Amino acid sequence: MQPLTRDTNAWACYDCGKCTATCPLARAGAPYSPRRQVLATNLGGIDAVVHGANLFTCLTCAACDTHCPAEVDYVSLVRRLRERGFDASVEPDCPHGGALQSLMRMMAAGGTRQDRLGWLDGDLKSDPAAGRVFFWSGCTVYYDAFFPELAVRTVDGTRAALRLLNRLGEVPVVSPEERCCGHDLAWNGDRASFEALARHNVELVRSSGAEVLVAPCAECARTWRLDYVPFLNGLKLEVLHLSEFLAGRLGDLELRGGGGTKVTFQDPCRLGRHLGVTKAPRQVLRAVPGVELVDMRRSGVRSVCCAGGTWSSCDRYAKQIQVERLREARATGAEVLVTACPKCQVHLRCAMQDPNPIEIEMRDLAEVVSAALA
Amino acid sequence: MTPRSRSTSQSKAAAPASVSSWQPRIVVFACNWCSYAGADTAGVSRIQHQPHFRMIRVMCSGRIQPGFVLRAFERGADGVLVSGCHFGDCHYLFGNERAVEQFDKTHRLLGLLGLEPDRLRLEWISAAEGARFAAVIDEFTDQVRALGPSPFARPGTSLEIEVPETVSTAEVR
Repeated sequence: MQPLTRDTNAWACYDCGKCTATCPLARAGAPYSPRRQVLATNLGGIDAVVHGANLFTCLTCAACDTHCPAEVDYVSLVRRLRERGFDASVEPDCPHGGALQSLMRMMAAGGTRQDRLGWLDGDLKSDPAAGRVFFWSGCTVYYDAFFPELAVRTVDGTRAALRLLNRLGEVPVVSPEERCCGHDLAWNGDRASFEALARHNVELVRSSGAEVLVAPCAECARTWRLDYVPFLNGLKLEVLHLSEFLAGRLGDLELRGGGGTKVTFQDPCRLGRHLGVTKAPRQVLRAVPGVELVDMRRSGVRSVCCAGGTWSSCDRYAKQIQVERLREARATGAEVLVTACPKCQVHLRCAMQDPNPIEIEMRDLAEVVSAALA
Repeated sequence: MTPRSRSTSQSKAAAPASVSSWQPRIVVFACNWCSYAGADTAGVSRIQHQPHFRMIRVMCSGRIQPGFVLRAFERGADGVLVSGCHFGDCHYLFGNERAVEQFDKTHRLLGLLGLEPDRLRLEWISAAEGARFAAVIDEFTDQVRALGPSPFARPGTSLEIEVPETVSTAEVR
């Protein structure tokens, strides 16, 4: 048996087709079937899959994984296949011209002093080098600079998250030496660049002496908790998404609400399905006085992806998924769509730019909580 | 460490042997209707300029999105020059206005990344401005040379292209 099919449990597939039935792309009508990809791999046609049209189609949202009765780890299979594709110079038809991938690869190469902490206001307390808690700020400054036409302010979420940590009495490390966590490069198959980033970032956190790492971005949290394990080299580090950190210390926050706001929560696929964290963000939102949380029809582990997780594909099916999701959010009667990942904001806001727009205010979880600080 | 490196010939290593012999590698994006023709005019008029650039012709400067420029830097370019028609002269009416938007975005991203802003430049060069093309190339080459090699220009980063020796017409016959 090939290591690829053994490690990802693909061999256990019994062709039931639940994956394709739950795949948001297939549901939107895309000519894509996870089941067929698994079967082709099992039958030894790996080269055909790697060079086929659908190598970069999967959103890696893991909806199929949560339903698979044979426990096939489909997203890991996709990732391994993409690594092979990368070695064979198969490139995704990158949306955005591959600009973001180039930025990440340059970060992996290193050698420049990034200017990534421009958002640090004077009233925010942080330490550039050492502390108990490491605040993993993520690449929101890059996203805001890259999507001026969407008028996204994902960096506001980062700022609000740090304000919340300060309010809890933490003066965390916020380092200018932080680099991209490598999430997207890993999911695009560029293992070498991902490893370079992982080594750099792990050493950075090790040198700070931090015991806890808090990431307001769902993808960073996933990458740190799951993908960095082989690189930690004995580093004892508790990795928490901001929502988990806040959920553990809600009593200390002293929240004071304004008027009643109805909100709904978009579970980022990395947080809900990849990490299994669905309760913490809801617990935090419910703790904000004046905030009423109404879940969408599909929520928690059954939530729908923003359809653009790894900057590797974007098409009309992705747009349809996003538009449907926005309609679902509107159907709850919520005024604000809350999320916990900057990419959900970027992609759902992009869908709002369409003709016949479906507008709904979008904010990061941290912004909603921070607005209620006394 | 190296981002995808394809067939690289080590005989022509990208790293400079010494600073004095080092010459920058510059990528010039030129639009088909003005800047590329401007370069042609410089050539036809036999105007001398420095030769350390590779030119990539696109139909319109509005096509030059951040991904193009960033990839050039990722692959080891020391400088990138984006050029197009003057305002009002664009063959597609407003392509160069789009080019400015894309350029500004690229500039901001490079600033965040910490690459010197002087490694990237935007110039409008018309088909008649051969002398101006040569002057811009000379000035920009000097500017990039003063900055030294890009931090991303490492051996193995960039793709070496074997340029065939120029064959004289006599040999062809």
